[in-house]
Amino acid sequence: MAINWFKYSAPSTFYGLAGKLTPWFAWPAGLLFAAGLYIGFFVAPTDAIQSEAYRIIFIHVPASILSMFLYLILAGYAALGLIFKTRLSSMMASALAPTGALFAFISLWTGALWGKPMWGAWWVWDARLTSELILLFLYLGFIALQASIEDPRRADKASALLAIVGSVNVPIIYYSVQWWNTLHQGATIKMTGTSMHVAMQQGMFMVLAACWLYAIAVALTRVRSIILEREANTQWVKELQEVKQ
Amino acid sequence: MSMSEFFHMNGYAFYVWGSYGVTLLVLLIEIAMVRHRRQLALRQLRLMNESGDE
Repeated sequence: MAINWFKYSAPSTFYGLAGKLTPWFAWPAGLLFAAGLYIGFFVAPTDAIQSEAYRIIFIHVPASILSMFLYLILAGYAALGLIFKTRLSSMMASALAPTGALFAFISLWTGALWGKPMWGAWWVWDARLTSELILLFLYLGFIALQASIEDPRRADKASALLAIVGSVNVPIIYYSVQWWNTLHQGATIKMTGTSMHVAMQQGMFMVLAACWLYAIAVALTRVRSIILEREANTQWVKELQEVKQ
Repeated sequence: MSMSEFFHMNGYAFYVWGSYGVTLLVLLIEIAMVRHRRQLALRQLRLMNESGDE
């Protein structure tokens, strides 16, 4: 059976597909958030050193992971759009930016609220925190650059360059705790295993999965609006059921 | 564990609930914005269609 892999790279076909897929990501996201936080708050034991304050981990770590991965995916789409001139790739990059910025913000916010009781400071200019702050600024810069250039194709090009160059920052965030002396602790979960309690791991991974599904659902919904905005003058948009009514 | 004990978070209530509260708020704002953008795009397209029909 021949599958046309390029069929859904056209905005007109992807628009419908994205609409059909969204609920399949949105509802499981809600369920996993609820289940993960239930385990995080009611099943996972109190931490011996950090008491109840450690429960911030169930949102802090997933949000941080998402903020980094979403940036790499954004940069990947932006690069595809730049090289192959595929419109949908650039639209996907634009659709991911606000959600990535949001997760970077949550990472910094929950980190500050965790840092205060544990380190005695809301904020320190250490490598991990500073590089994560730069990540937030990269997202905001990407959004601002796109907004400042009127012609969408030129905006895509300029912001793609920013996104690609900025992606150097992601490995810097990841390895910052090894490369520099920082206040931030290193990774607890490694390939070789972990010292983490099993319920803590389960709660964290469920919230992580929930964040992924949430991000996909929101990005798909946003890209549909971007498609409508950019393809407003095409016949297929004019003939959409939701436009006609 | 009683309800008040749970909400007290052994003295860390401000930090724990401050984290989850703001996260929830930010996610709800994003969902509202994404929905609003779609409504706006559709309204714009309907207006364009109407003016094109005349």
